[in-house]
Amino acid sequence: MIWVNTVVQGLMLGGLYALFATGLSLVFGIMRLVNLAHGDLIVFAAFAILVIVEVLGLDPFVSALLAAPLLFAAGWALQRLVLNRVLGRDILPPLLVTFGLSVALQNGMLEVFSADSRRIRSGALESASVALGPVTLGMLPLLTFASAVAAIFLLNRIFYATALGRAFRATSDDPVTASLMGINPRSVFAIATGLAMVTVTLAALYLGMRANFDPSIGPARLIYAFEAVIIGGLGSLWGTLAGGIIIGLAQTAGAAVNPEWQILAGHLAFLVVLLVRPRGLFPRAFD
Amino acid sequence: MLQTQGLTASYGQFKALFGIDIRVDAGECVAIIGANGAGKTTLMRAIAGVLRNAPEMILHRGEPIGDMAADRVMRRGIAMVPEGRRLFPSLTVEENLLIGGQVRRAAGPWDLAAVHRLFPILKERRSNPATALSGGQQQMVAIGRALMSNPEVLLCDEISLGLAPVVIRDIYAALPAIRATGAAVVLVEQDIARALAVADRVYCLMEGRVTLEGRPRELTREAIHAAYFGALA
Ligand SMILES: Nc1ncnc2c1ncn2[C@@H]1O[C@H](COP(=O)(O)OP(=O)(O)OP(=O)(O)O)[C@@H](O)[C@H]1O
Ligand SMILES: [Mg+2]
Repeated sequence: MIWVNTVVQGLMLGGLYALFATGLSLVFGIMRLVNLAHGDLIVFAAFAILVIVEVLGLDPFVSALLAAPLLFAAGWALQRLVLNRVLGRDILPPLLVTFGLSVALQNGMLEVFSADSRRIRSGALESASVALGPVTLGMLPLLTFASAVAAIFLLNRIFYATALGRAFRATSDDPVTASLMGINPRSVFAIATGLAMVTVTLAALYLGMRANFDPSIGPARLIYAFEAVIIGGLGSLWGTLAGGIIIGLAQTAGAAVNPEWQILAGHLAFLVVLLVRPRGLFPRAFD
Repeated sequence: MLQTQGLTASYGQFKALFGIDIRVDAGECVAIIGANGAGKTTLMRAIAGVLRNAPEMILHRGEPIGDMAADRVMRRGIAMVPEGRRLFPSLTVEENLLIGGQVRRAAGPWDLAAVHRLFPILKERRSNPATALSGGQQQMVAIGRALMSNPEVLLCDEISLGLAPVVIRDIYAALPAIRATGAAVVLVEQDIARALAVADRVYCLMEGRVTLEGRPRELTREAIHAAYFGALA
């Protein structure tokens, strides 16, 4: 029954990758922007939560709740002040700017927080687990997975059942015509990046509680997120969840065979999906 | 109420409009006619704020709006039915209508129910993706979407383009109901006869200039012909 355990652990790990990827997927879906600083923003958010935990002595979850609106504002401002100015027909300027932001964030965090490995302590939760038949599940991985599903469910509700989501989809279809509806595409983009930063906060909470982090690990998280988004199909949030799960499953399966194969197996799964379905599993009709 | 003064527009080096002066009074129906490439769409896009200009080139209620972005122009009550309809493919028929009144909902007669009364088929098809509709139905959605904000001025760019004559008749049949609510309507139209039949006043554009203006009854065939095709035609 070892394989059942492997599958379940892989599923849970996939939840974490899906959380990494959600914000990237959201922003790409709405404004076709690939944010190369996404991984560093996750690390930045993890430090933000850590600071609140340590300075105010609060529980990590409460700290994340406090950090979320601040990071929403940061995302909003980043879009308004920087990214909106470089968005356009040419995809190169936004790539360069977010690449620059990635480097700047890493250096800034190194300066402020040093290269030391840090962790967000969650007390008893760290070792808590539940037994499900033959499988023993860590409480944290389980919470991560549940949070990923909940976040993607909520974002989908926003997308398909609210006026804001309608504006997201319309602006994504055709920003000029959206502006003829009285919608300011730049404000819509700013709200989208703000929302993406809320999902980044959630990803950062679990990243920081589950493993050590330091200012340099952002780009590696970006790669997992990127692979999850591409496997799932650009612009599809449920696809992103599926993509995260596929990478998680592949990694756990690879590790079960040989611990050194964990990372490689994830990347191989990504390549295999791309070979079979070049546009990902659930591509949106148009992009 | 809405006026352009020496309005110019260009695409890069190419000048598309050379000093256009037109005027739309409250509740009026003004037709803009002209051959392909005359600059009609460019004029509509400039007024709607898609193309930006010097502020005083466009006045609305006496205020300069030429440099305003499209979303701000729309919130002042100037709505557009763009050329080619431009429905949102990710939205259903009903969502396409709702988004027209999402940001600006002035007091007025138009809401989802009123648009459904005007074009009953849109109620039947409300859950369909907008792009699954026929061309005529899509045009109805585009018109209804613009009405949802209860605009003061409705700019319509070639609402008959590419539609069968019976369908065009159905669409034009909605015009009296729209005008009855007090909105001014600007109709860009290549079908001269149809434009003359419904408009209070007509402007003819040729190569980026106004070549003729007047009330349909006062214009002779010859004058229109010359203004539309140029003196040599
Ligand atoms: N995006 C653009 N880039 C460059 N030139 C353009 C662009 N759009 C229009 N033009 C040019 O500007 C001129 C006016 O075009 P416009 O679309 O306003 O004409 P129109 O009267 O609406 O024509 P139609 O009846 O074909 O719709 C034309 O010569 C056209 O080729
Ligand atoms: Mg045109």
